[in-house]
Amino acid sequence: MSRLTVPKTYKLAIGGAFPRSESGRTYVVTTPKGEFLANASLASRKDARDAVVAARAAQAKWAGATAYNRGQVLYRIAELLEGRRAQFVDEISRSEGVSAAAAGAQVDATIDLWVWYAGWADKYAQVVGNGNPVAGPYFNLSVPDPTGVVAAIAPQEREGVSLLGLAAVVAPIVLTGNTVVVVANEDAPLSAISLAEVLATSDVPGGVVNVLTGSPAELAPWLASHADVNALDLAGAGVLASGSWVDLQLAAAETLKRVLPPVSGAPVPSLDRITAFVETKTVWHTKAML
Amino acid sequence: MSFLEYAPAPESTAILNLKAEYGLFIDGEFVDGRGEVFDTISPATEEVIARIAQADAADVDRAVAAARRAYETVWSRMSGSDRGKYLFRIARLVQERARELAVAESLDNGKPIRETRDVDVPLVAAWFFYYAGWADKLEYAGLGPNPRALGVAAQVIPWNFPLLMLAWKIAPALAAGNTVVIKPAETTSLTAMLFAEILQQADLPAGVVNIVTGPGSTGQALVTHDDVNKVAFTGSTNVGRMIARQVAGTPKKLTLELGGKAANIVFDDAAIDQAVEGIVNGIFFNQGHVCCAGSRLLVQESVHDEVVDKLKHRLSTLRLGDPLDKNTDIGAINSAAQLERIRTLSDTGENEGAERWQLDCTVPDKGFWFRPTIFTRVSAAHTIAREEIFGPVLSVLTFRTPDEAVAKANNTPYGLSAGIWTEKASRMLAIADRLRAGVVWANTFNKFDPSSPFGGYKESGYGREGGRQGLAAYLESNGWEAPSLSAGASAPSRSEKKSRKAVAK
Amino acid sequence: MTIDHPVALAPADRAVRLLGGDLTEKALRLHLEGLAGVDAVGLEQRAAGLATRSIKTSSKAWALDTIIRTCDLTTLEGADTPGKVRSLVAKAVTPDASDPTTPRVAAVCVYGDMVPYAVEALGALHGDPDAGLVSVAAVATAFPSGRASLDIKLADTREAVAAGADEIDMVIDRGAFLSGRYGLVFDQIVAVKEACRRPDGSYAHLKVILETGELVTYDNVRRASWLAILAGADFIKTSTGKVSPAATLPVTLLMLEVIRDWHRLTGEKVGMKPAGGIRASKDAVRYLVTVAETVGEEWLTPHLWRFGASSLVNDVLLQRQKLRTGHYSGPDYVTVD
Repeated sequence: MSRLTVPKTYKLAIGGAFPRSESGRTYVVTTPKGEFLANASLASRKDARDAVVAARAAQAKWAGATAYNRGQVLYRIAELLEGRRAQFVDEISRSEGVSAAAAGAQVDATIDLWVWYAGWADKYAQVVGNGNPVAGPYFNLSVPDPTGVVAAIAPQEREGVSLLGLAAVVAPIVLTGNTVVVVANEDAPLSAISLAEVLATSDVPGGVVNVLTGSPAELAPWLASHADVNALDLAGAGVLASGSWVDLQLAAAETLKRVLPPVSGAPVPSLDRITAFVETKTVWHTKAML
Repeated sequence: MSFLEYAPAPESTAILNLKAEYGLFIDGEFVDGRGEVFDTISPATEEVIARIAQADAADVDRAVAAARRAYETVWSRMSGSDRGKYLFRIARLVQERARELAVAESLDNGKPIRETRDVDVPLVAAWFFYYAGWADKLEYAGLGPNPRALGVAAQVIPWNFPLLMLAWKIAPALAAGNTVVIKPAETTSLTAMLFAEILQQADLPAGVVNIVTGPGSTGQALVTHDDVNKVAFTGSTNVGRMIARQVAGTPKKLTLELGGKAANIVFDDAAIDQAVEGIVNGIFFNQGHVCCAGSRLLVQESVHDEVVDKLKHRLSTLRLGDPLDKNTDIGAINSAAQLERIRTLSDTGENEGAERWQLDCTVPDKGFWFRPTIFTRVSAAHTIAREEIFGPVLSVLTFRTPDEAVAKANNTPYGLSAGIWTEKASRMLAIADRLRAGVVWANTFNKFDPSSPFGGYKESGYGREGGRQGLAAYLESNGWEAPSLSAGASAPSRSEKKSRKAVAK
Repeated sequence: MTIDHPVALAPADRAVRLLGGDLTEKALRLHLEGLAGVDAVGLEQRAAGLATRSIKTSSKAWALDTIIRTCDLTTLEGADTPGKVRSLVAKAVTPDASDPTTPRVAAVCVYGDMVPYAVEALGALHGDPDAGLVSVAAVATAFPSGRASLDIKLADTREAVAAGADEIDMVIDRGAFLSGRYGLVFDQIVAVKEACRRPDGSYAHLKVILETGELVTYDNVRRASWLAILAGADFIKTSTGKVSPAATLPVTLLMLEVIRDWHRLTGEKVGMKPAGGIRASKDAVRYLVTVAETVGEEWLTPHLWRFGASSLVNDVLLQRQKLRTGHYSGPDYVTVD
């Protein structure tokens, strides 16, 4: 007496909404053994463009939220993930073809990662900013400021990173007030979209995290050359056709984007990843009694 | 004769003891270059000051090899405290020879002696003093335990602050434990050559600093050299873009300090007289050859006329002429090519409908000169409101509300600096928060200090010079990881991590 | 005459013209507090920049003579005697007996009771500095503290004018200013100005001393400068010389900026007098540079610019001797008066 299940349609996440690709294209997502899992949206360059527009529109307000607030929002993500743990374990184990235990470890690591980064939101500025003892009657303070809109390629390995890799790229980007357009793991994009659904039901404002599914090879060049993208995280770009991540860096050079090079696997949580996409702003003001 | 036509007060050049010709400084010695020797001239008189060697690719190779050797055998093995002592020595020698360096800089660059004497050279000494103290304290630089030097740093510097930019580059590089090959700008090599003499007087080990002179091609050979680990460039955004492309895909760490089109925002409640001084200092300091120059004056409509009137009145006291005269405020434009660019862009300003006002003053017959210029009735769409002119040309725009001021200020691909003039502290802080610029001067402008990070957002480049951040640009972090989380993640091996970090922005 | 109700302001042409006929304490306050603020760091940096001007050869020669020509040679001691005043006058008339090209100072500045002796000693040389003569300036209004009733201040003033003083250096009531009673300060200046009136209808020139060392902040100095000008000051003056700090270059620059702004607004030229603490020629030359680059060098005449100083002249004379002879001079080659 098995009940007939209701499968989910996996769409893109742009500006707080879940549209299909404007191109109408989809691609088949399977298990490693080739069994059908879903038809995911195959994002186009225009979807990438729309995502950048959404990210830009959301950026100033997100950066203007208090650090305490951003920290709480990120922590809320961890809370909601915990509650939907079973769903993620299921998606990961089916799409990566790993055991429930391995998938569970990945979900746990992802939850812990959000908690770890959430705590940084109202602290990193204290660690990387400073007051400067300039030789003159000035108040002088250096503070980190988010770079702006960041485009990211999530880790693309078939196993072990479909959720954790995406989170490890996105969390350090957005905690400082950046917004992100991230291209999900091409082969195993389902948990990425489910994560976007979590974000939408948590307190993350629309447009802060935009998730595209489809081909990084197709989308990345458009993002790398987009003049309104300030920085590029090429974490997952190492698996693209030989050396093509260098072409992305070349394209990024045209507008002097900040670029993080490819890594293998999910990036290890670190302060370095937070500071990779912040600018140091130094403010001087005169000081006088008279 | 009126009092205000102050009698000539020239700084003596007798303090200089220049050679007729300068070689490349490689491995602690002056050597001939393989390229064709070229003249360095005084832009104020067009007279030849000295002949300068030109380094070709083979010379650059020799310099990089010397730097590598010095890194491997001497500098990386030396204690931090000893490296620091060498930097302290250099700082003292710069102070001892300060007047000589100031005169040489004014002669070669065309900037007023008042500035080289009171700004450039004192800051050069300050920069070495500041970074000298870091050399044995790298573990406190905020990069985690045991940060490592990168190796050989390739540095290319501009002509607007020749010796100061050299100090900005060399001091943190050496403090962090790197060795250096530096290329001065083609038109301003002279003080770098005097600096090489200072290094000899300081007894700095051979090869720790190498100076290769020449045109852009020399710089290109340097930044593209396979055996450099770090590239640092200050100059135009176009060349910066080119270098970013050349470095793409390599493990070289890159910092770029590029162009700017800074907004200087004056609110109606500002201390107007000081704002006028700040505007003048913002755009006419160093003939406007300043990447962070306040070239776009954004003035609240209600005080526009008063500010512009006072500005013109104040400009009428500026004295243009002999850079070596102690009363000169505006010196020579550095080169004929730069003068041509300033002229062309100013003509464009007029053709596009802006109103030109120029200081009424006599201009010497010889040399390269441009009278201080203000454009009013400028709108954001005008070329002169968008392109970096890098000359004594101010564009005046207006705004009505704080939001409009911020929107106009940020409406540029650049993001190096900005100014705010208001007596209202809460507004100042809120505006500073929203300006997309690496340095924000509130009720002041064009202030520099070795402890204060400097550098841009967006197309003004990346990385910072000055302060702890400026030191970090020459170090490799060992990272700050979340220990308990690393195990859960699919952590890359140690060697993978190393290669990853080597390419950090 | 006493001012019982400070809000009922005495008329002053300038103030009426600028603020309108409804000249109330409130209008005055709104005006003064509406003035642009002063950023102290920027002001001091501008002054420091002006101080780097290098004045050489012919410019220096002109500057040294101008310092003497615009100097109020001053003695303001409790121990002043007729004899002391007479020797001050001798110095004023012939600053350097060894060099007849040396100009005379603009005025001698003394306490009110010393005016008759100064007038007597000057004799035929008493008169307009523009004509090569020497004026007599008297400090009045319970100088230096100004802590006396208005009646006494006015009597002090009238007496000095009657004795032949050409110029009155009055002090403002700093206590009233600092407690925000701008109208009282204003009214007193207007009243003192009226007390400067001679029987023939002409007026002794009125210099209003702000005592900037007691006003402390630059914003206060700017407001007090405007207030004094609105009330009818012919000159605004920094200090009595009895309070430290006395004249400084930034304060003088700031006051000159007010004078410049007033001139741009009304076309009227108000004079400026820094006083106290200017002892070296080198410092005095910096003041001249500041005047020339702020209000214009047409201000560098005795009717618009004065130094209040006692020992400055001798240092200038040493510098003049150096320029003339080519070697350094010494204090025994100038007179000690």
